[in-house]
Amino acid sequence: MIEIAESLRPWLAISCPALGAVFILLFSKRPNLRESWTLLASIVQFSIIFSMVPIIVKGTMIKSYLFTMFPGINFGFKVDAFGLIFALTSSFLWILVSIYSIGYMRALREHAQTRYYFCFALAIFGAVGVALSGNLVTMYIFYEILTVSTYPLVAHEQTSEALFAGRKYLAYLLTAGCVLLGAVVLTYSLAGTTDFDKGGILTVVFASRSVLMILFILFLLGFMKAAYMPFHSWLPTAMVAPTPVSALLHAVAVVKAGVFGIVRTVCYIYGIDLMHDLGLGVILASFAAFTMIIASLFAIAQDNLKRRLAYSTISQLSYIIFGVALLSPMGITGAMIHIPFHGVMKITLFLCAGAILVASGKKNISEMAGIGRAMPITMFAFTVGALGMCGVPPTGGFISKWFLGLGTLQAGNLIFLAVILISSLLDVVYFFPIIYTAFFGNSEGTESSLSNGKKIKEAPLFMVFPLSITALLSIAFCFSNPVTDVILNLVRLVISN
Amino acid sequence: MQTAIEHFPVLIVAISFFSAITILAAGWINKKTSSFICIATILAQFVASLFILNHVLTEGPIHYWLGGWKPPWGIEYVVDVLNAYILVILLFLGLACAIYSKRSIEHELPHKIVSFYTIYQLLITGLCGVTVTGDIFNMYVFIEIMSLSAYALIGSRGNIALKASFTYLVLGSIGACFFLLGIGFLYSVTGSLNMHDLSLLLPPLYGNKIVKAAFVLFIVGLSIKMAFFPLHTWLPDAHAFAPSEISAMLSGIIIEVCTYAFIRVAFSVFSVNFIRLLPIFDILCWVAGVAIIMGSILAITQFNLKRMLAYSSVANMGYIMLAVGLSASAKNYPWCGLTPALMHILNHALMKGCLFLVAGAFIYKADLWDITDFRGLGKKMPYTCAAFVIAAISIIGVPPSVGFVSKLYIILASLEAKKFVFVAILLMSSLLNLVYFWRVIETMYMKREEGEEHSLTPISSKDEIPLSMLIPVLTLASLCIVMGILWLAEIAIPILNKVNVMFGLVVIR
Repeated sequence: MIEIAESLRPWLAISCPALGAVFILLFSKRPNLRESWTLLASIVQFSIIFSMVPIIVKGTMIKSYLFTMFPGINFGFKVDAFGLIFALTSSFLWILVSIYSIGYMRALREHAQTRYYFCFALAIFGAVGVALSGNLVTMYIFYEILTVSTYPLVAHEQTSEALFAGRKYLAYLLTAGCVLLGAVVLTYSLAGTTDFDKGGILTVVFASRSVLMILFILFLLGFMKAAYMPFHSWLPTAMVAPTPVSALLHAVAVVKAGVFGIVRTVCYIYGIDLMHDLGLGVILASFAAFTMIIASLFAIAQDNLKRRLAYSTISQLSYIIFGVALLSPMGITGAMIHIPFHGVMKITLFLCAGAILVASGKKNISEMAGIGRAMPITMFAFTVGALGMCGVPPTGGFISKWFLGLGTLQAGNLIFLAVILISSLLDVVYFFPIIYTAFFGNSEGTESSLSNGKKIKEAPLFMVFPLSITALLSIAFCFSNPVTDVILNLVRLVISN
Repeated sequence: MQTAIEHFPVLIVAISFFSAITILAAGWINKKTSSFICIATILAQFVASLFILNHVLTEGPIHYWLGGWKPPWGIEYVVDVLNAYILVILLFLGLACAIYSKRSIEHELPHKIVSFYTIYQLLITGLCGVTVTGDIFNMYVFIEIMSLSAYALIGSRGNIALKASFTYLVLGSIGACFFLLGIGFLYSVTGSLNMHDLSLLLPPLYGNKIVKAAFVLFIVGLSIKMAFFPLHTWLPDAHAFAPSEISAMLSGIIIEVCTYAFIRVAFSVFSVNFIRLLPIFDILCWVAGVAIIMGSILAITQFNLKRMLAYSSVANMGYIMLAVGLSASAKNYPWCGLTPALMHILNHALMKGCLFLVAGAFIYKADLWDITDFRGLGKKMPYTCAAFVIAAISIIGVPPSVGFVSKLYIILASLEAKKFVFVAILLMSSLLNLVYFWRVIETMYMKREEGEEHSLTPISSKDEIPLSMLIPVLTLASLCIVMGILWLAEIAIPILNKVNVMFGLVVIR
């Protein structure tokens, strides 16, 4: 039996971004103070969440309920190892993105910066809430807050293109939210509870197999934030947003919340046994495999760097879904490790894309010939991130792919192993041309200097610092060190009990 | 021995009526006094209603015999948990609108201040009267007082508003006729007008065709008054052309009080047993389902903000009636019986009240009626627009707002009643709500003003409405979130559950 400790830490953690948002509004006229509130909130939040690690690693769960909403449903948090992994990822990356945002937003003289920081804090509030929630209803509440609060970020530029992206974003995600609500309520009416429980809360006793299958499809549709195909097109469209927002969407909060929800559903609502019983694992894995391959093919065709990265995200997210769908311990390990690892690696890539944009104003890969020589640090970081995406050692991506590969073997399905290998190969196909162009490309045909005649040089320190940190972390993940050990220990806890 | 609080029901009505006369008399001498008298009276009434609610919750229902005549001969005022709850809501919104109207009426109807407040106070009298009375004919009288004052207030802007008011007058009178006919039918078979007395006399007559016909007459009559879907045609014009605080009252309270009247007649005069005899509530559910979808679709086609909100009210009346329709079949705490319906009455009053007051603020500041003109308002009127966003998000049903809780409760009730189609309808409707509200939000915040397309510096500066208008708006908006959390925490649910127990909708364990 798992021990359960009462603690207010989840509430403290969640209140940091909320209070931060309030202070950001209050200090809207004084940019320096406003940004310090963002930084302060992110750092305090990370330390609070980190302080939960020793408790969780001991095998204890942290629980804190505020009130009962319905019989069997409490509003509140129950922190387990899996939730903590996501919370740690989000809150850690928030610190880096905050630092980066300061550099990016000021360098480009973006408008409406108060709204930007305010909504960013709210989005983190939603994401960490999703991570720490103890049951589906609580999670749904934070999930919707996350959806709504990211809209102003996606439509930040306020051009007609950005407005379209915002509309598309809401149309996809709030529709999904409605479906999700239906699924949550149906689960409650079947099981009488929505608490996440290892081994699942639904059984074949509650409803016929077809009802359970339909319910699962509803859940899958509901977690559309995971951007699986064919419901992915909001994500590339949302690339019009400022780069730190793309980082938020792709690495810190939004799509991760979707994937997180799917993993929660598979492991904690349905349970591995029921998934096996219903034969849902293979179906889900096939869908994920489809997305992995097709999204990579789409990525090859993109010339806009951020759009290429977006398709890469779509493909990589399906690795996580795929790993869980294998329903084997190794597969789930791989999926869960991939959440923080992919977060760190993908954020590196996006931060680099933003740095290139700020330093040179270039968005398309074909214009980037020789840029690696002008911005060596940025492009080295980019290379590290790209290697991670392809799963080449020595990066974290190798570890998660290793486990995923083991997972397919444990599940006894060699076709899926082939899928992983093919997908990795495709990753190489679309990432290496970028690196090649940047370092060895012939820069004669393209502009090697800015329009005002200055030479292209590295982006401001505020931007280079976070991306170097994440690049270093991507490498560090491949080796045994305290950070990796914490993550691996947490994942081991999830698998073991 | 009667305590002072037991006199409050009659006092609330009487004070209000005398205050209306006082406003007229004092306004003769000094126009400025009228708004203060009105606000002070409604404040006093509101405080009294809180005392009544407290008394009812602790001591049980209040029975007051007018003139000491014993029922069923005399008129009786009965206040139980249901009316006390409605009374608090209506006086709260009435107070908010009265405070708001001080400045906006000076702007909109500068020559009619005194008559506006006189009739406004009469409207409050009528609403309170409908709520506290325990006599069905007396209820009819107060419904007419309320409706007549509403006709006058809606027409107060003159011109096209007069046409809107006339449509409402014609349809409202037809509704009143139906209601009166229903009363007549019941009187012809029982010889009584007192609600409690009727509920004792009626059960043996439940098979009687006259009684059944009377019930249908009540439904049709009150459906017109509450703008229930196919009979809603008067509502959009009336909402669009009335002064905004009256639109807020109309949408937030007047049609809700008519719903209350329906609930009272259906459950107090008739009873659950009678309702279970007929398939009438099932039909009600289906009509309400159509109302929800059609109201939302019609709202999408509107360009005038207030007309859009009016159609949204049609949809929201559908929510309430759907919840009423499900009330006989949902038995599990906490979404049992009338709880979702009563909850949405309060929630809709808060949300729609706030939205109409915001619409009024746009008209007050810049005479903006159409959604397409709202470009850049998010910067010009930050607080008002923030209130609009919160209330709109509530109606869409984003957690943890009040709209979300209503939706959740109604969905749970329809799941329990095994009517899955309504789950789909409710989810569908929140998407439709999203379409028409997001259009407004996008225009307010995201669309650039003309001429601002290239320069990033805003050309508009802040231009907020006066504080006395802003405070009611912001209070209502913040309550949209606060009440949502309170509902989720089940803090007020036991109060509503007492209503269910009273009407025999749940079995007491």
